[in-house]
Amino acid sequence: MGAAESIKTNYLNALKEAIDEEMYSDQEMICLGEDIGNLGGAFGVTEGLLDKYGSDRVQDMPIAEECIVGAAVGAALTGRRVMAEMQFIDFISCGFDQIVNNLATFHYRTAGEVAMPVVIRGPAGGYGGGALYHSQMNEGWFCHSPGLKVVCPSTPYDAKGLLKSALRDPNPVIFYEIKELYRKKSLEEFIPVEDYIIPLGKASIRREGEDLTLVTYGQNVYHCLEVADKLEQEGYSVEVIDIRTLVPLDEQTINNSIKKTSRVVTVNEAPRTCGFAGEMLARVCENAFEYLDAPPARCTRLDTPVPWVKPLESFVLPTVDKIFNVCIRTLKY
Amino acid sequence: MLVTPIDISNPESPDTLLHLYKQMLYTRIYEEKCNQIYRSGKAGGYLHVYIGMEALSSGWINALKVGWDYVITAYRDHAHALALGSDPVKIFSEIMGRSTGLSRGKGGSMHLYDPQKGLYGGWGIVGGHVPLGAGLALGAKYKKEDRVVLNFLGDGASNAGVVFESLNMAKLWNLPCIFIIENNEFAMGTRLEYHASDTELHKRGMPFGMKHERLDGMDVLQTIKDAKRIINHVREYQEPYLVEIMCYRYAGHGAADNDQALYRTKDELYKAKERDPLTKLANLIIEKNIATPQQLETMQEELEEVVEEQYAEADAAPAPEAEEVYHHIYTDMEVERGH
Repeated sequence: MGAAESIKTNYLNALKEAIDEEMYSDQEMICLGEDIGNLGGAFGVTEGLLDKYGSDRVQDMPIAEECIVGAAVGAALTGRRVMAEMQFIDFISCGFDQIVNNLATFHYRTAGEVAMPVVIRGPAGGYGGGALYHSQMNEGWFCHSPGLKVVCPSTPYDAKGLLKSALRDPNPVIFYEIKELYRKKSLEEFIPVEDYIIPLGKASIRREGEDLTLVTYGQNVYHCLEVADKLEQEGYSVEVIDIRTLVPLDEQTINNSIKKTSRVVTVNEAPRTCGFAGEMLARVCENAFEYLDAPPARCTRLDTPVPWVKPLESFVLPTVDKIFNVCIRTLKY
Repeated sequence: MLVTPIDISNPESPDTLLHLYKQMLYTRIYEEKCNQIYRSGKAGGYLHVYIGMEALSSGWINALKVGWDYVITAYRDHAHALALGSDPVKIFSEIMGRSTGLSRGKGGSMHLYDPQKGLYGGWGIVGGHVPLGAGLALGAKYKKEDRVVLNFLGDGASNAGVVFESLNMAKLWNLPCIFIIENNEFAMGTRLEYHASDTELHKRGMPFGMKHERLDGMDVLQTIKDAKRIINHVREYQEPYLVEIMCYRYAGHGAADNDQALYRTKDELYKAKERDPLTKLANLIIEKNIATPQQLETMQEELEEVVEEQYAEADAAPAPEAEEVYHHIYTDMEVERGH
């Protein structure tokens, strides 16, 4: 693409542009969050919005997540479209009741009369040494709450397209941004200047292969791509699927891949028990069992908290080596 | 070397004044070293220092029965641990994630923990620890022990719903808990008047019928007087208290703070430094001929050396073994091993 139609953008700026463009085109949209106005967000995702749209539409909120989400629900009832930022996705637990009991169920309990166009987004994920309460992927909590959609992009292009989709969606969306990818230079890419969206519920095949399917999302996409490179040197051809949206899940893309490869490993950085990696394996077993030549396997965070210190953190989270080992076991089964 | 806690039965005696100054100066040097550790990449994640607020931790914690009373606080927790007498080497070790740290490197800067000294954390989610402090007081009251809880929180936390729930419970049951709002004027980058509908945060005790006061936290001698009076009251009369302590953090929110120019002017910062608790105490010490400026400077140099030595000792310790991650998840079972 030429410079006229596209600009090189990192993951963080892609998100910023998505919010900015939606704020520009929809006067009904507002943003709520801690430090999002004057400071431009803890990581800078909302930088510049206050100056552009004013404090009526970009509101600095007290540190009170339950109130932020509750107010978002109330504002949505009056026809506003709301982007609510969690300063870290770990803090979403403070707003948990409002999300799972009020936000997620409103459409249902009004027999479809009320829509809840609310996006709750925030920086998520480990590998940054944030310790127990600044490192989590807790997406499983919300995949487990009917009524919510759950999204997690891994590239700048996807980040922008998916966030725009989410902001236009009439349903509540929990949007997981990977903070370690925010300013990652190697991820910068040309993305279109003109408006585009990526529909929720469409996976992306990041690499094609014949022998094994790796299914993942978020920053584990990059670990998986590296594993695929390493496995290629061992003579194996690996397909890497980035699901991008957890709810709704693009099972068709996963199953089609398994029909081709007959082997599958799922990877995510949430704890193992009741995690989304396990959920995907259960679905594979239900829907593609007859195509499998090896037991489906997963590589996840251990069922432990995320420790502060780096060597221990990487021991707990999926790494290239760990994923590689699980793949080899599955391939040699 | 450093005697902590300091005997403050006679706070204005030359000896005590010098001790207090030494403790506060040491805390500042220690925190400056923490900032440096963070910037050198030896501490991961997030780290928040107490620079500018030393009179608050020294004033209140020295007024406690250390080891008997309970202290709980948020993530800006190094100064509390130091004032309680936690091993500075172990704190450095924890911050750098070493096996010799207070929590063997698993908690880090924001989550210091040293129950033998009465420190029940260091907590990383704003407001989240406040009901725990009330719970500590509930336990003490139930056991008819005359323990007092210092439940520290920031001005930003004072807006969290759970804080209001905790205030109600504490007064309903008259728990011996002192809620201390460290009002340093900023919830991260959001100035007090932009996050609190009524900026007199002490009034948050009022609807619950709780005694409440706004106090200055930049003068350690005044702080000691206030702390003694209120701690004695709570211990004797077994009821909660809410104090808002006016202070100022002139460090950034965290060691990796966003641009401070977005939320304050240089002039404001300069003016705040005129209230500096260390300068104030130093001036008094010099005025009373307890020590010369030269002697205080020597003290500073000595303390800098001490901190360097403590840092070096902490830095020499190894990172914890990977095996460590499987420990302490459950008391009676192991978690599944990795891949």
